[in-house]
Amino acid sequence: MNLKLHTIIPAGIILSSLLFAGCSEKESADPAASETKTETSAANTGTSAQSAGTDSAAAQTTDFSAAVESYRTFAVEQCDQFVKQTEKFTEAVKAGKLEEAKALYAPARSYYERIEPIAEALGNLDPDIDARVNDVDAAEWRGFHRIEKGLWEDKTTKGQEAFADRLLQDAQLLRAKVETVDIDASLMVTGAVELLNEVSSSKVTGEEELYSHTDLYDFAANVEGAAKIYEILKPDLAKKDPDLEKQIGERFDALKKELDAYKKGDGYVSYTELKEDEVRKLSQNLDALAEPLSNMGTLLGV
Amino acid sequence: MSNREHEETKDSSILKKPLSRRDLLRLAGTGGLGLIIGGAGMGGLFAAKERKTAAAVAGHPDTEDRIPFYGKHQAGIITPSQNFIYFAAFDVTTTDAQELKKLFQAWTAAAAAMTEGSMLGEESANHNLPPVDTGESAGLSPSRLTLTFGAGPSLFDSRFGLASKRPANFSDLPAFNGDQLDARWCGGDLAVQACADDLQVAFHAIRNLARIARGTAVLRWTQEGFQRTGSADPAGGTPRNLLGFKDGTANPDATSSEQMNRVVWAGAEGGAAWMAGGSYMAVRRIRMRIEVWDRSSLKDQEETFGRYRASGAPLGGQHEFDKVDLSAKGPDGSPAIPANSHMALARGDGSVQILRRSYSYSGGMDAKTGQLDAGLLFICFQRDLQKQFIPLQQKLAKSDRLNEYIQHVGSAVFACFPGASSGGYIGETLL
Repeated sequence: MNLKLHTIIPAGIILSSLLFAGCSEKESADPAASETKTETSAANTGTSAQSAGTDSAAAQTTDFSAAVESYRTFAVEQCDQFVKQTEKFTEAVKAGKLEEAKALYAPARSYYERIEPIAEALGNLDPDIDARVNDVDAAEWRGFHRIEKGLWEDKTTKGQEAFADRLLQDAQLLRAKVETVDIDASLMVTGAVELLNEVSSSKVTGEEELYSHTDLYDFAANVEGAAKIYEILKPDLAKKDPDLEKQIGERFDALKKELDAYKKGDGYVSYTELKEDEVRKLSQNLDALAEPLSNMGTLLGV
Repeated sequence: MSNREHEETKDSSILKKPLSRRDLLRLAGTGGLGLIIGGAGMGGLFAAKERKTAAAVAGHPDTEDRIPFYGKHQAGIITPSQNFIYFAAFDVTTTDAQELKKLFQAWTAAAAAMTEGSMLGEESANHNLPPVDTGESAGLSPSRLTLTFGAGPSLFDSRFGLASKRPANFSDLPAFNGDQLDARWCGGDLAVQACADDLQVAFHAIRNLARIARGTAVLRWTQEGFQRTGSADPAGGTPRNLLGFKDGTANPDATSSEQMNRVVWAGAEGGAAWMAGGSYMAVRRIRMRIEVWDRSSLKDQEETFGRYRASGAPLGGQHEFDKVDLSAKGPDGSPAIPANSHMALARGDGSVQILRRSYSYSGGMDAKTGQLDAGLLFICFQRDLQKQFIPLQQKLAKSDRLNEYIQHVGSAVFACFPGASSGGYIGETLL
């Protein structure tokens, strides 16, 4: 495996630092603001600067290379499985085996959903593989959801053969590219939150799987993908902030327990079987987890 | 609530450190927060004041924009109504009473800061973290923000060992004639009433309290409401409801402590010493059949309320605050104020009073009918629901002429805690 370790600081972070630096200069130039500072807050400012210094020193010494390597291994494994399962799925589509294709659809997608932030970092691959109707121009729409519409709404595999071929090619391309994607601790931290945001915005609402209603498969896979990142970063997090580490762990457990109630065979019940209050509870459990998870960025220091 | 804990931590070095929201959440999850609040007041936690507030501290006169959070009673009860309300009912998801207590402490800290116009937490130097404060009230005046907290009857079930503390006269409201309650607007383990002269400030408060609660409590239902603003009515007359009539003329005098002690502030009765200085709140989401009302004649409208629409005067009277004489006869010999008019029934013999603090609401369009979903977020405070709101509403539900034009679709009651003092927290007499 060609492992390239990068310590890239996302442009967004640099930019926002600059913006904030600009602001604070302006603040301190304002005599009214500085004059009226109480003694307590002046003391706080002093300590704040101090602890910020300590934070950045710690950040410099934290080595995430093992964590990054571990996550890349996971991503590659998921990609390998993704290609394999997508091949089975697309073969069934091309062989005209409607029921078999429908059964293979959601499980194949799970491997993709676990590592979605990686695919999103790879330019156009995410829309090619995972665009929903109206996400892209009609003429460019392909991938899983295009075939999903054929299988569940049009109730036939006919006409889906070319989409199946393209999907497998795209999956193979993802597998090839995953070797080269720049993974750093920042991508992992934001990726974990993005995975849960994905759930919040489309899976828990039942909008992701408009025709097959297999949203809970995606839901579970996104959560598993975020949990994997948490597991990898857990030792570092436990050192930096043991309470946060514990809280995230507990809320992952609570959400998984909640999801387990909807398991059926090897998969999950149809989204259409969920009652309104059950959806709300899932969504609120997800928010309860995502809130502390979004503070994993504390690992990255300043 | 333990003063001992406070003393022990007074000199703790943690007080001098700035706290991020992550710290706040962490502490809320592990029990440290109460110690910090207790020891430091708010100085250590929320030192990052907005400039406007800082200026006020230096003596600039914007103190009219601020209503103190701490006090003998909670603010937002006898406080003159602000322009807007954002009401939120919560369900507690934890089953651990300690977690609930930590939520009360975290909410107190945040509420005290927000009512001061302060941002929550400090700007973190680590830009990989989400900001502690959601930011939409930055630079805004506190806008007379009040945050009023209460507990619903469901909080006194078996989860937190509070069953024995439920006040004797405090339970879900009985069914009233004509109720068309929808679970979407009913109940709640906890309530937060945010009132402010700026809706964005009120929204910001509820949003941040809900965020702090994540993992401990979840939103159950919310309703925002409004009334004519102070700038639209500088004279501050009695506000009109969405049926066009003045509403609240008969309210007791909130500046009279004698009246407030008699009508609003709970004592220690009913085995609930923890409620002394608190107040019981009834909330009803009352939808108005706007379209039907608009087709009824002025005469019918005025007889429905028992008042003139233009002046607010009782029928047969001249001025809004004229003494109401229910025995007065009209020219035809029948009562000038119909016995089944809203005012006649609500007033009765004048012995039962409540403090109304309602707001109008608009819930957009009812998609089913294409009509407006609008009405009254009725809120009242009293010292005893069984003796005040309930008999009053039973009477109204049975006979009020107004029932033709309204439907009660939401309902909840809350025991609003007595006030907290700086260093304490809301609900400390309960948990």
